[in-house]
Formats: sequence, structure tokens, C-alpha cells
Amino acid sequence: MKFWRKPLDLDQLEIPHGEIHIVKDRCKGCAFCVEYCPKDVLELSDEFNIKGYHPPYVKNPDQCLFCRLCETICPEFAIWVTEKQKEVKKVES
Amino acid sequence: MKADPKRVLTGEHYLDGDHACAEGALAAGCTFIAGYPITPSTEVVERISERIPTVGGIFIQMEDELASMAAVVGASWSGAKALTVTSGPGFSLMMENIGLACMLEAPCVIINVQRGGPSTGLPTLTGQADMMQVRWGSHGDYEIIALSPNSPQECFFFTIKAFNLSEKYRVPAFVMTDECVGHMTEKVIIPEADKIELFQRRYTKLPPEEYLPFKPGPNLVPEMVKAGDGYRIHATGLTHDEKGYPVMNWEAQEKLVRRLVEKIRKNADDIVEYEEEETDDAEIVLLSYGISSRVAIPAIQKARAEGIKVGVLRLIVVWPFPEKRVYELSKKIKAFVVPEINYGQIVLEVERSVHGECDAILVPHGGGWVHNPEDIYRGIKEAVK
Amino acid sequence: MNETLTKEMGVIEEKHPMENILRMDRIPHIWCPTCGIGIAVTSFAIALEKSKIPLDQVCVVSGIGCSGRVAGYVKLDSFHSTHGRAIPFATGLKLGNPKLKTVVFSGDGDIIGIGGNHFIHSARRNMDMLVLCINNFIYAMTGGQLAATTPLTANTSTSPYGNYETPFNLPYLADSCGAVYVARWTVLHVRRLANSITEALNKKGFSFIEIICPCSTIYARRNRLGSGLDLMKFYHDNSIIKHGANTKELDIGFQQKIIVGKFVDRERPTFLESLNDWNRKVFGDKFKEYGGPDDGD
Repeated sequence: MKFWRKPLDLDQLEIPHGEIHIVKDRCKGCAFCVEYCPKDVLELSDEFNIKGYHPPYVKNPDQCLFCRLCETICPEFAIWVTEKQKEVKKVES
Repeated sequence: MKADPKRVLTGEHYLDGDHACAEGALAAGCTFIAGYPITPSTEVVERISERIPTVGGIFIQMEDELASMAAVVGASWSGAKALTVTSGPGFSLMMENIGLACMLEAPCVIINVQRGGPSTGLPTLTGQADMMQVRWGSHGDYEIIALSPNSPQECFFFTIKAFNLSEKYRVPAFVMTDECVGHMTEKVIIPEADKIELFQRRYTKLPPEEYLPFKPGPNLVPEMVKAGDGYRIHATGLTHDEKGYPVMNWEAQEKLVRRLVEKIRKNADDIVEYEEEETDDAEIVLLSYGISSRVAIPAIQKARAEGIKVGVLRLIVVWPFPEKRVYELSKKIKAFVVPEINYGQIVLEVERSVHGECDAILVPHGGGWVHNPEDIYRGIKEAVK
Repeated sequence: MNETLTKEMGVIEEKHPMENILRMDRIPHIWCPTCGIGIAVTSFAIALEKSKIPLDQVCVVSGIGCSGRVAGYVKLDSFHSTHGRAIPFATGLKLGNPKLKTVVFSGDGDIIGIGGNHFIHSARRNMDMLVLCINNFIYAMTGGQLAATTPLTANTSTSPYGNYETPFNLPYLADSCGAVYVARWTVLHVRRLANSITEALNKKGFSFIEIICPCSTIYARRNRLGSGLDLMKFYHDNSIIKHGANTKELDIGFQQKIIVGKFVDRERPTFLESLNDWNRKVFGDKFKEYGGPDDGD
């Protein structure tokens, strides 16, 4: 991950990562999660769900920072994020 | 359960009907009262607001009768015995949430001190013209319980009775008094608390995962919970299933509405109450309720003095209507004479119940004053013709 | 049915973190695609968790309308009352058992339109409750009629040539009637909204939060504003966060800037505090304070 200014306590920071769960058939295709994900992790898929909408899929799983904005902004309770098991990640400066 | 001695003003009093209703409510353990000022019922809440700080409970003067009735339904669900008091125009405003109380099966009591109508009508003068409105006023199908006292003493007892019936059947119960009884001052004897029997609301003993809030229990009445008990129930004014969840189809509607109606109709024998006098060999039965039953006494005496066999059937519980007893009597008598301060309401129910076996003669009065006993006497004379 | 259907299809394996606050057996909900009410519910759920209030003590009361359905989806003691009467119903619940925490979750037509009288009086009394008012500028459930919040010139099914009635400025109304906490957010401001609800939940007295919410099926379609996403983008570009703004200046014009933020946060004795304090003063030891149905003695 790149920083425009290196934090002083960088060595103590651990950047969380999230795993996104999507209940595709609950989705009504509003695309709020896709639009407002700060890391562009999600994208609408071409497949149809049971209701005929295009649910999102996780395009860039590694980019997810477990901010849970998609979970919060989803009006259908169809998407949520769990924190990935913490593994020590090397941070490039 | 017995009444709480701290809430019962035991002794002999000289009270008007409104004040007696207030004492009845306090004795019954009522802890939530919402009201809006309206003549001639205001004295009830005036008395309550004076007494409630030292007996325990909350009185709130709401912004209108819509709010009063909604608050009563809410308070009922949080476990309080809840009461509101009103008269004609306010009663009309309450109809919306009386329907809600029926749908949510919230036990509550509404006292209607009837006055002359329609509209603003006669605020300070009597009437009995809300007797059909109490039964049919809110939209949709439902059943309620209504009592009709004819004296301040009965105002006291019937208010307690209304609370007991409403708690037992989880239905709004009405005390349909009128301006005349409400403002009539008489001796009222308030018994000791341990002589006053109170029905305790049936709360469920089931754990939350097994409990269904609208599953019929004894007498088709579901067991209740209070908000805050941890059952996390959902109650809706929409047609709902036993879980309380909305269901939009005719089957659910049929099941729910039938139960709401049947829980009163099937238990009518338990609820119905009336007073009978000399009906064994009567040729005429004077059927009356409320203040009209007292006004009729001189007329009955006069007719009896002339040798006319007049029996009396005085309704204590007006709704559900004692149709069985009325039908039984109708086979033996010539006619029912029904004096009421309206242009024909309960008489329609009498006509329905007699199935053509005898006549039902209305002695109407437009309201504003009680009948002249002479008019009732003439009604009796007409009936024997 | 939904549950079995989705289970059969093997879709729901894990549990949504909001599962203990939502009635998952009733999801999917009835709201349209891109409707924002679901977001407001999520914010409320997050706030509830943050507030640490025991969930068994929280009651949600709704009126009628799209937002009126919220009560049916939250796994709390929830009541779906009559149109406009959610506030007095909640008043009864609270006074019947003062230990409860009552939240009114309903729409602008319900709380401000038909229930406006109850709203102003409860704010005046400082009745202890939190009112979350979803404002989508229209009566959506019934097909898009003119509301007391519809901006001037906006098209509705009962103002088909444009609205010429001045709408209410809700924060100003709440402020002037005495609410102790007044805020406005759009559903785009999810985190700020959740924080605001948390703050309001922990406040005593009448708190009011207006939640601007996209209605794409009715409001956006009638006014040719695009999809719900376009409305969210509009909120993004046109919302101005201005805490402590003068509530007089918070009118919302048609597709004009929307000022959001926390506008009022003050202390006033609640209805019950005033009632108890006053009676203690008048009656001394004779006063019997009412603590709820379980307060036997």
C-alpha cells in the first residue's frame, strides 16, 4: 500500500482486510455499494439474480479494507463484511 | 386478585356519576389515563388528575382524542390498565384507534358520557344516541363490550366491571353513561378493597422462542406480553398471522376477523348481564338501559296499577346484546317497549332478536332531556292494544 | 416463505451481523429498488449497538406508509400503529412503562402531515422519545401525492402541474416547538447518521432526526431526476454539512442545496421529570411516583 506521507507509527499499524459476503438473491441492483466503495472493490455482474437484477461481485478482493461502507449503505441487508484473519503484512513505503 | 386498598376510597360518599367512574377506575387499578376536555365527561379526568399523584399512575392531557386513544393502546401494551374518557364529538375522533385497539387486542376502557348529537349537538344535555356508534363506529368487522350504568353507584361498579371484561377478553370495553347519570349526584358506597375482585391480565409463561402473540388461548383470547419483557413481539394494525406478521390474503383475514368476532360472540353467555323483573307472566316487557330505565319506573307503576302485566328487562351489558333472552321472552309476550334517548338504535337490535315473534315498540326521544314517563306509559298502552 | 426459498437455494450460509436486530425471516422487505429506507434502518441498527441500550427495553413505533413498515423489520418490541398516531402511541408506551426507550420511525407524511399536531405537542412537552422521520418529499406508498414536505414546483400526482404550497422546514418546526436534539442527514451520510442516532438515543427528551431519503420509483420518476443512484449523487454534490446552523435557514428548495448536520443539542427537563419533580414539590412524601407495571409494593 502506498502512502502520500509516511505515518510516524507505521510499524505499529496494521491495515485490516475484509472479506465481503453477498446474498445475491436479496440484491435489487441499486449499485450504491459499487458507487461508494472507496477502494472500488465491487462491480455489478452480468449475471441475473432470482429477481432479475444484476448483483455485485467482488472484483478486487485484496483491496477491501474492512471499512464496511457497502454493508452500511446497502438498503437490502444483502452485503456484509467480516474481518479477514490477521496476517502480518509487509507495508511498502 | 383483590383491589389495592391504597387505591380504593372505601366508605359512603355523595358523588356524581363522573366522579364515581373516576373512583371506579382507580379502584380497578388503572394506572394510565389520557384525556382531552369535553363536556359532559371532563369531571372524570378532573377527579383523576386530582387523585392520581398520591395513588400512583399517570394522567396526561393529550392534544386531542385521536392522541388520547392512541396513547391508551400504547399504554395497554406496556402493561398498564389504561383509560380514556370522552363524549360524542371526541368519541367520533377515537374511532380510528378503537379499531386499532380491537386489532392489537389491547385491553382498555373508554367511558363515553353521552350527550345530544349529531355534531356539537347539546354539549351540556343528555342523549343515548351513540349506542350504535360504539358497536359499529370504527371501520371493518369487530366486536366490543359495552355497559350502561343508570346511577352513580353503578358508574363505580361498571367501570371496574369494564376493566375486568376488557382484561379478560382483550377487547376495548365501554362504559356508556350519559350526561344525566354523569351529572347526577347520589349516594355511592365504595366497599373495602378486599370485596373488589379484579381480573388479572393473562401473561404468557412460554419462553420467547415458543410464544406466538396472536395464537388463541382460553376463550379464543391470546395470552399477552408487555413491551419490554424481552419477547420482541411485533403488533400491527394490518391483517396478521399468529406471529403478528402482516399477511395480505383472504385466508389470514378470515382467520383473524373470525376470531376477533367469535371471542366475544362465543363467550356472550359469560359477558351478557341484565336485570329482570316480573317477566314470568308479563304480556309486555319494557326493555331499557341507562337513565331511561329509571325514567320508565313511574310509567311501569302506572300501567301495573291498571292491571297491565309489565315486565322489565334492563340491560347492564348492552353489547354483546342478550339476543337469546330477548328471543325467549318474545315467544311469551305481546311486545317489547323500548324507550331510548335516540330515534331508534337498540330497538333495531330487539326487532332483529325477536324474529317476528312479537312487536318492538320504540319510545323515542331526540335528546336534551329524558322522556316524560307519560310517553313511556303511552307506549305501553299502545303495546297492549 | 422467503426463508425456505432462499435456504433451499443454498444462498444464506452466513449470518448478517445485523441479524439480532432485524427480523431476517421477513427480509427481503417491501421497499423498492434504490429506496433509502433500508439504509436508515441499518444506521439505526448500528446506532442501537453502539448506544449499548439493552435491546429488550427498546420499542419501535411506526405509523403508516413506506417508512411505517420499519416496525415490521426490526426485531424489537415493535408496533405498527395507525396513520399519524405513532407519536401518541409511543407516548402511551413510554408513560405506561417509563423504563422503556421509545423510538418513532416513520415518514414525513405520517409524522408531519397527518400527525403534525402530535409532533408539535410532544416536542413541547419534551416527551422522552426519539423521532426518526424519513423524508422522501412525497406520499410514496399511495402513489406519490403532494406532501407537507414537497418542495415548491415539484411534480406529484396531486400537483401534476407543480407544487405551489410552501413546505415545512422540519428542523425549524422541531426546534421552535422545543425538541432537545435536532439533526438532518441524507441516507448517503450513513456514518454521520448512525453517529447522530447514537447520540440522540442517549439523550433524554424529544429528539428529532430528519432523514432525507431517495424515492426513485415515485418522486424521481415523476420529476425526471433519474435513478436512486442519481439522487444519491445529487446528495453527494449538494449537501452542505453545517452543524449548529440557524434552523430558520434550512428550507429545502426543489433540487437545491441541502443543509445537513446537527442543529440543536440542549437540555430541558422531560415530561416525566417535570411531572415527578412538580408532584414531589407539591405532595412531598405523599407523592407516589409511577415506575411502570412491575413496580409492585
